[in-house]
Amino acid sequence: MASAPLQQTARRLIDPGRPVAADAYAGRVTSAPLTEAELEGIRAQFPILRTEVHGHPLAYLDSAATAQKPQRVLDAERAFYAEANSAVHRGAHTLAAEATERYEAARRTVADHLGASEHEVVFTGNATEGLNLLATAIGHASTGRGAGADFPVHSLGERDEIVVTELEHHANLIPWQELAARTGARLKVVPVDDNGVIDADAAADVITDRTRILAVAHVSNATGRVSPLDALIAPARAAGALIVLDACQSAPHLALRPAELGVDAAVFSAHKVYGPNGIGVLWGRRELLDALPPHLYGGSAITTVTLEKAHFLPAPARFEPGTPRIAQAIGLAEALRFVDEIGLDRIAASEHALAARLHDGLAGMPGIRVLGGPGADGRVALASIDVDGVHAHDAGQVLDDLGIAVRVGHHCAQPLHRRLGLTASLRISAGVHTTPDEIDRALDAVSGIRSFFGVAGSAA
Amino acid sequence: MSGLDQLYQQIILDHSKRPHGVGLEAGEETSHQLNTTCGDEVTLALRRDDAGRVVEVGWTGQGCSISQASASMLAALLEEEPTGMADDELTSLIEEFRTVLRSRGTLELDEERFGDAAALGGASRYVARVKCAMLPWVAAEDLVQRHAARG
Repeated sequence: MASAPLQQTARRLIDPGRPVAADAYAGRVTSAPLTEAELEGIRAQFPILRTEVHGHPLAYLDSAATAQKPQRVLDAERAFYAEANSAVHRGAHTLAAEATERYEAARRTVADHLGASEHEVVFTGNATEGLNLLATAIGHASTGRGAGADFPVHSLGERDEIVVTELEHHANLIPWQELAARTGARLKVVPVDDNGVIDADAAADVITDRTRILAVAHVSNATGRVSPLDALIAPARAAGALIVLDACQSAPHLALRPAELGVDAAVFSAHKVYGPNGIGVLWGRRELLDALPPHLYGGSAITTVTLEKAHFLPAPARFEPGTPRIAQAIGLAEALRFVDEIGLDRIAASEHALAARLHDGLAGMPGIRVLGGPGADGRVALASIDVDGVHAHDAGQVLDDLGIAVRVGHHCAQPLHRRLGLTASLRISAGVHTTPDEIDRALDAVSGIRSFFGVAGSAA
Repeated sequence: MSGLDQLYQQIILDHSKRPHGVGLEAGEETSHQLNTTCGDEVTLALRRDDAGRVVEVGWTGQGCSISQASASMLAALLEEEPTGMADDELTSLIEEFRTVLRSRGTLELDEERFGDAAALGGASRYVARVKCAMLPWVAAEDLVQRHAARG
């Protein structure tokens, strides 16, 4: 149940004095990159990197789709099942207490990683579920149901507006489309330019005093560019809007401190940060989470239940009905310890060098168009390309034949591809284990695609 | 021949660049098939003679060379049949095509029966590409089934 003071802050929940978004990346990297020996040590921890594909050592350049897992993450999940498996938050026996302790310790690890309080960390199935949680809970609040619905902080109506950008992943678009349709609110879009870069100047026109929600990717999964958060957040904040950050593509690459960025909620998926499948994180300011009704209903999320009515626990328990993802949470905590022991500042430094190598290499290639335009500044080590005259699916096959794993398709960003006149692209994305040699192998392979398909020499 | 050269035989690249059977007539019955993973699309029509035999394939589409060549090769196959095909012949051809494509490289397509389309057998080694090659054939199957349902 939400506490009484929340009533006084209805519709202006968000503290206007909170910090403005810091441009946390933008190519300003000061830490030392990983040494060759350190990189070898990291690679040795990933069993899958010893795989051969079509007679070549696997070059796994699809980390933006899902990251590979170090042995210690696999071991952590197994150890839970072997040593402490039990239901959490119920039962008084020793194993149940041990399992609960390990699960909540995992939550504290996530909170520490984010510079947050454990009350602000909700375990979800993945980032998609985290975004749906918010949209669904706000939808419930809009119909006057659930704990926080007693306080109409986040109820939406016909005069309200939700703002997204044109390059969002479908997971940060469709939940808001549906929420708008259910509540009568209007969905508005901050456009991208002809290169696929968010038009920061347009944000001030799109975001108005009617804007109640701004949902934006921290880093685009299609272009790898860090979004211009300052330009987006300032007008949204002035409007008192709830600011939701899709941090899926930033969490593996840069230190994520959502409270410092000036957002109110952020989501990411464990499987992209070297953690297990089946678990993600929703971080939300405590006053936000406690003012929202549940998105799903069930056990573990309640205080008292009668045949007529339920009363709900505060966050995070309010949003974790049913038996939670215990082993996965423990695996995620181990994955975050893995990246924190290396240091995200150093990971960012190494990956920035890889980004420069990748984008410099692509820049001179005839017939290659890079989504988001050329250049590595303000970008993670990711490049999606269109190969003139060759469908992305065919282009990707050439790389696969050389043992190089990349993503082909629309990367769940159809509106962006359509805006750029494309249906699909080929995406190269690096991770903490990626070597300069692997980037070179990908560049070599890309440079041979057009001649293989007999289109080299035609107009680029 | 390497796996990649077998997948992308010259005849496949030729069909994808100079496809047979492209074009649909206004108002004709079509089947639209979409590969949601990569966005490949084919919209296909089966044209029949007075006796109801399929004599021509028309189609439009966009996507990878395998999916587009496959549609072109299906159209070319009908071009080579002066009296067309009965529905049961076409159905058995589609079923055989599917069996080979799903064989993970253990079966090959008979050139006598499949003509240029026999070259698509190389896709059977690439599980992710089977759907690309199947797309127009699934459209044809859909139209045959609809025709049968109408009696």
